[in-house]
Amino acid sequence: MAASPAYGEEKGGSSSLGEPEYGHDPASGGIFASDYKRHDDLKEMLDSNKDSLKLEAMKRIVAMIARGKNASDLFPAVVKNVACKNIEVKKLVYVYLVRYAEEQQDLALLSISTFQRGLKDPNQLIRASALRVLSSIRVPIIVPIMMLAIKEAASDMSPYVRKTAAHAIPKLYSLDSDQKDQLIEVIEKLLADKTTLVAGSVVMAFEEVCPERIDLIHKNYRKLCNLLIDVEEWGQVVIINMLTRYARTQFLSPNQNESLLEESAEKAFYGSEEEDTKDAKAEAASLAKRKPYVMDPDHRLLLRNTKPLLQSRNAAVVMAVAQLYFHLAPKAEVGVIAKALVRLLRSHSEVQYVVLQNVATMSIKRRGMFEPYLKSFYIRSTDPTQIKILKLEVLTNLANETNISTILREFQTYIRSMDKDFVAATIQAIGRCATNIGKVRDTCLNGLVQLLSNRDELVVAESVVVIKKLLQMQPAQHSEIIKHMAKLTDNIQVPMARASILWLIGEYCEHVPKIAPDVLRKMAKSFTNEEDIVKLQVINLAAKLYLTNSKQSKLLTQYVLNLAKYDQNYDIRDRARFIRQLIVPTEKSGALNKYAKKLFLAQKPAPILESSFKDRDHFQLGSLSHLLNAKAVGYQELPDWPDEAPDPSVRNVEVPEWTKCTSREKRKDKVEKPFYSDSEGESGPTESADSEPESDSEESGSSSSSGTSSSSSEEEDEEEEEGGSEEQSEDKEGEEEEEEKRKKKKEKGGPRKASPRSVGSEEEEEAEGKKVKKAAGPQGKKGHAESSSEEASASESSSSGSDSGTEAPTVVEAKRRKVIPSSKAGPKEISLLDLDDFTPPPPQPVPSSSIISTSLVTDLEGLTLTDTSLAPALLSPAFGAVRTYELLHRMAGEGLSVEYCFSRRPFPGDPHMVAVQIQISNNTDAEVKSLRVSEPKLLAGMRIQEFPEIALCFQRAWRPGTQPAW
Amino acid sequence: MIHSLFLINASGDIFLEKHWKSVVSRSVCDYFFEAQERASEAENVPPVISTPHHYLLSVYRHKIFFVAVIQTEVPPLFVIEFLHRVVDTFQDYFGVCSEVMIKDNVVVVYEVLEEMLDNGFPLATESNILKELIKPPTILRTVVNTITGSTNVGDQLPTGQLSVVPWRRTGVKYTNNEAYFDVIEEIDAIIDKSGSTITAEIQGVIDACVKLTGMPDLTLSFMNPRLLDDVSFHPCVRFKRWESERILSFIPPDGNFRLLSYHVSAQNLVAIPVYVKHNINFRDSSSLGRFEITVGPKQTMGKTVEGVMVTSQMPKGVLNMSLTPSQGTHIFDPVTKLLTWDVGKINPQKLPSLKGSMNLQAGTSKPDENPTINLQFKIQQLAISGLKVNRLDMYGEKYKPFKGIKYMTKAGKFQVRT
Repeated sequence: MAASPAYGEEKGGSSSLGEPEYGHDPASGGIFASDYKRHDDLKEMLDSNKDSLKLEAMKRIVAMIARGKNASDLFPAVVKNVACKNIEVKKLVYVYLVRYAEEQQDLALLSISTFQRGLKDPNQLIRASALRVLSSIRVPIIVPIMMLAIKEAASDMSPYVRKTAAHAIPKLYSLDSDQKDQLIEVIEKLLADKTTLVAGSVVMAFEEVCPERIDLIHKNYRKLCNLLIDVEEWGQVVIINMLTRYARTQFLSPNQNESLLEESAEKAFYGSEEEDTKDAKAEAASLAKRKPYVMDPDHRLLLRNTKPLLQSRNAAVVMAVAQLYFHLAPKAEVGVIAKALVRLLRSHSEVQYVVLQNVATMSIKRRGMFEPYLKSFYIRSTDPTQIKILKLEVLTNLANETNISTILREFQTYIRSMDKDFVAATIQAIGRCATNIGKVRDTCLNGLVQLLSNRDELVVAESVVVIKKLLQMQPAQHSEIIKHMAKLTDNIQVPMARASILWLIGEYCEHVPKIAPDVLRKMAKSFTNEEDIVKLQVINLAAKLYLTNSKQSKLLTQYVLNLAKYDQNYDIRDRARFIRQLIVPTEKSGALNKYAKKLFLAQKPAPILESSFKDRDHFQLGSLSHLLNAKAVGYQELPDWPDEAPDPSVRNVEVPEWTKCTSREKRKDKVEKPFYSDSEGESGPTESADSEPESDSEESGSSSSSGTSSSSSEEEDEEEEEGGSEEQSEDKEGEEEEEEKRKKKKEKGGPRKASPRSVGSEEEEEAEGKKVKKAAGPQGKKGHAESSSEEASASESSSSGSDSGTEAPTVVEAKRRKVIPSSKAGPKEISLLDLDDFTPPPPQPVPSSSIISTSLVTDLEGLTLTDTSLAPALLSPAFGAVRTYELLHRMAGEGLSVEYCFSRRPFPGDPHMVAVQIQISNNTDAEVKSLRVSEPKLLAGMRIQEFPEIALCFQRAWRPGTQPAW
Repeated sequence: MIHSLFLINASGDIFLEKHWKSVVSRSVCDYFFEAQERASEAENVPPVISTPHHYLLSVYRHKIFFVAVIQTEVPPLFVIEFLHRVVDTFQDYFGVCSEVMIKDNVVVVYEVLEEMLDNGFPLATESNILKELIKPPTILRTVVNTITGSTNVGDQLPTGQLSVVPWRRTGVKYTNNEAYFDVIEEIDAIIDKSGSTITAEIQGVIDACVKLTGMPDLTLSFMNPRLLDDVSFHPCVRFKRWESERILSFIPPDGNFRLLSYHVSAQNLVAIPVYVKHNINFRDSSSLGRFEITVGPKQTMGKTVEGVMVTSQMPKGVLNMSLTPSQGTHIFDPVTKLLTWDVGKINPQKLPSLKGSMNLQAGTSKPDENPTINLQFKIQQLAISGLKVNRLDMYGEKYKPFKGIKYMTKAGKFQVRT
């Protein structure tokens, strides 16, 4: 809309707006107007008192800004409209202001009072938007005003305003980093905020301002974990990344005993010893290291609460969770992320690109994780080249003896692709497969040799290079191939390929004694026309031939060296001079001459073909630095696991009497959420931190109730009490521990009766065959009583027997392992734990318990010795306390036996439910995989809480669970 | 986080720039242009480019590059996902996301971008909230605005941002209350030369169009939820209910949205509804090649296969093709060497075929690879995985909504190697 002169009349009439700043306008406007006639019309429109004209003008100005045109000369005319009543005009003025305030600081100050007024507005949204614009104006002079505004807004009633305050913090920080200390105070305050709206923004501010102040997180850790699922998606990404770093500093590595579980059985036993001793050396406190690993419940809480986010529609969230699992989870649990990552491969190609880079890194370390999804990485002809090459990388990483034939068949199709870069990459990939998997080396080599007759020169050249590398591994058997390649020198023009062939012939000239001199002859002829790298190799070949077959090649060598002497390239001249001195004996030639043969014809190690993604995982996955394989600005290094866990009690929100156990209970933040978890472990944490004061009483309540419920068994009562006493005595655990242990041993012996109620569920269970159920719920409240005792006694098997039924499944898990050794070897009750790091044993390690250090190795040895025959015997001592019923006999189950018992405690998640503990023992030598509840057939009125699939059960390992029924 | 955004069209013009922090000169895009030159095709431009002082993260959609400028470490997917969200929002606002559309609505675009990020950190990305803040331009509204002088910036404040269901507007009213769900499944498959399936999987989505008054609370249950191997939800879905009961329970956003996307794993056998018989021969000596393909239905559960479209990228050596289709139309572009055959419906009695010869460049040897055939098709009223919606219930509101469910199967990335 062109401005007509008529609007001029309206100029100055806009006093109706009541703008105090308005008066300044004519003067300042005039100055600029004289310079830029073309904006006169816009200025006139802005000065008019019609909103529609102002709006039109602002729209045109914003369009200019959007196109990157300079509109700064309109600043005075625009800024006076900052208080315009029309919302759209106002918004556009804000846009303008934020864009140009930095350049026109003095004039920008005119607008400040409007925002200050806005900050006091009763409407929270106006307060927020005033703060937002105020903090976006990058004018250093107003830093104090901003600071004040932020502080005020941080304690605003409205969470939305507080969120805006959190957003303003990094803005102020980038404007004036001297404000850091004050800002940290604000951040600390906002971190304590309990609303989901604020959480993401404040963590963002934390990351930008003070990522090193990890101590600020302690008190909010559990809250953040629990809020996470309700935070908006972008905030989730930031929080998850931050928590990954946090966890790396606060918890112990769940894979300390990696070798124990991942490697094959025998290896593990020896390996473990070695590793242990190595560790012991590395660490002064060897004792601590040998302690069986138990996962900090806070660590578990994080893993559990992030898991459902793998189902987010936002790829960034999924990736964030994936990297969290990769960096923090025990090996056996990392697998869950594979499915989600593969799903992302359906997304846009940019997303694929980033995800594949990360998958490539992961697949080197955890190949097994992606193996089931091999076919998802097959390449389509329509994929962009960069995606193809990344997929190829992943396929190569995933190749192993079992799937190599399928992969090679795929590769065969790829080789015929029209995309030559991709073909070259495929040939490289074949080379890598051949080096990594000995079985197929010959097949690959033959295939590559066939490619030598390909019409495309690039393909041939690439094959030559790869064949050269492969031949180095076993040259003797392949003189035919070398001969074949020698013939190729006539045709191949690609320098790298020519150089490779020459090198091969030189290196293995004794395998092709007749051909080698002939090749040299040809090369000598064309020497001057060759590329530099080829020339160097010709000299090399000449030297080697001179040494092995001087009769035929003496003159040729002389000739080549003479040519090289006058070459333009100094490298070549140098090389020629050097070689002449070395190989041609003269009077002057020194001692080296004698060794020339050794020097040139030494055994050279075969090259190792490695993935370029190897070792990239020292960067936090999913980060920009990882993608670039270089440290990006502002990248926060992912710290190594600490050798010893820092004090977990720092995360306690209150100061309770029972220091230790509260660390568990504190986290019981949201009763509603526990199902998200894989119901591993002590989900005690899921209860509300807010209800903290109650939780203590709750706890005692529940413990007593559970005590009474098991009316027939005194032991249980006793045990409960003991748990209580332990809780109280936690501080002096050192002394009391032993005592308690003795007590517990006693208890263990005591038989327990099963509840009569068991029948119904028994039937039900039987109907289901080998299915196992775990209650997610029981973890909640029951966890604590148990876990506290657990904690105190670290891993006493004795206690486990007695109260195993009641606990959260993981706790039970931990126990079951203890149970095994105790039954077969009296004193070695302790630590099969190490064996099964593939499941996450929850209880925290107790620093002072010396029993645990009973040699791990001996335990393990004990294990190896045990045989199937022992297995049935295991049950009785372990679960003598509670009567168990057979669900599946091991004969009927082909080695898999299932027993269950009733812990006879109420299921805290639901008063109408009851917990059932199931133990699965695998008496075979093979692994049992994928234990899960498939469709349960329930009687009317019955419900169960399922537990997630147990990936695999090793030999003689045990899987218990609890199942609430009706 | 995100410092600036540049929109670049196919011819390399920066036609829009937006800065959320200090201004970054547009000369930073030169690095991008360099990378673009190096990559032969637009989709091969690396999504992440490192420059001395900045990092450029880009996505390419609708022939436009969206280039975000980053200065510090940030998860790349965070930015990429956000950029895609920006494109989706534009699409939602303007129907199509094209250079012309963006230029025509530059002010709205700018306002939307302003709301989406604050200081480079995403603020409001939910299109429902955005639409409340900035009304999308419609013809009617433009007319009304010019007459009455009202604006298309909502004078309400973004109350949605404050609510517990940020994805839903408050005070929604409709006279016809309706909720439609489309179950759309796509088959991704690679079929090898001999016709056997190398890999096949089903990706499905449930897109919803919900126009219901007030704050309805919906539950959607399936006959066979176990089919869903891997799912991802719109944030409105209550994850807990799904975990425990396999029921989708949610308060829907207003309008169109994607409720769920799922994956039916490769382990399950996937029915392949069509087959392609092909006979493509390049002869070494002569400059003529033979080309013949036939498409036929395989496991279609009695439904008709429609919208069949065959595309194939021919090797460079092919100069021209003279083909006769038994039905439909075909085009061969001698520049891009792309053959497209729009088949239409498959009649099982009379299978569509395309036969003829190819002219090859004289003197060159025959191509190594036969072209891959890409197939598109649609089957109405069928979800190939067998997924069935059991029922949809509404709570929280009194009225009776009109409900509808539609199934469709489509080809996703469906390739036949020859």
